[in-house]
Amino acid sequence: MKQKLVPFSIIVIFFVIFVVFYKSLEDTNIYTPEVKINNDIPIFSAERLLSNETLDSKEIFQLDKFYILNIWSSWCAPCRDEHSILMDLSKSNKFIVIGMNYKDNKKNAKSFLDELGNPYEKIIIDKNGTKSIEWGAFGVPETFIIYNNKIIKKYIGPLNQELFLEIQNLTK
Amino acid sequence: MKTFKTLIIIFLLLFFNNLFANENSERNEITKNLRCLICQGQSVYDSDSDFANSMKILVDKKLNEGLSDKEIYSYFKEKYGDWILYDPGLNKNTYLLWLLPILIFLFGGAIIVKSFIFKK
Repeated sequence: MKQKLVPFSIIVIFFVIFVVFYKSLEDTNIYTPEVKINNDIPIFSAERLLSNETLDSKEIFQLDKFYILNIWSSWCAPCRDEHSILMDLSKSNKFIVIGMNYKDNKKNAKSFLDELGNPYEKIIIDKNGTKSIEWGAFGVPETFIIYNNKIIKKYIGPLNQELFLEIQNLTK
Repeated sequence: MKTFKTLIIIFLLLFFNNLFANENSERNEITKNLRCLICQGQSVYDSDSDFANSMKILVDKKLNEGLSDKEIYSYFKEKYGDWILYDPGLNKNTYLLWLLPILIFLFGGAIIVKSFIFKK
């Protein structure tokens, strides 16, 4: 009996290890976060970039339209790349593009917009990065599509032409 | 007299140092259990990245609002998923993680019982 038990347990242990390793072979080791959708948007109030008033989240997302919240910063190079896409999206009357200026200073942010154009209807300031964490963001750039006060889609990293078409298809 | 004064100063320094440490200990405790998502194998407590620093500020804010540590964990879990917690709960993705040690323990125990007790 004992003679059989040892090889049997060795085989079982190797089998378990094999399954675990084989399963993890298929996973990428770069962590892509679970995209949490259909979450309610957080309630917050924030200062605006281009004027000194404070805005409540309720005032921002009150219309029956698709909102695009884009987290950006003047020091972020990928934000520069995706800016033309945001300009195109802002021309469509289905979307309202809202900007969240992440850990930036006002002067640089303004000259960034002067140089590349301003696609945002409103821009709010996230000086210490806590507001973007309340949204569940990692850094810049990141884009949320909001409808009816719910996050329906989230894009991490810069937008490109492909995603531009995807976003336009969302409204259909 | 001079030594007495020095002693008082040292005592005061140590005393306030202690106070300061106590103030942050709850936050440290919580941030040690949160994973810095953009770092490689660091907790929010260990990391000094932008993301981690903002997380620390937010944890402070939530503590000031009177949230308990469990509420803070579930708040972040709702935003970022299970991965942000170093201590994941039992669910369909983690049952192997939780049950495997118990199974190995039982299996090893069975071998020991078999070879030592039944032999006699």
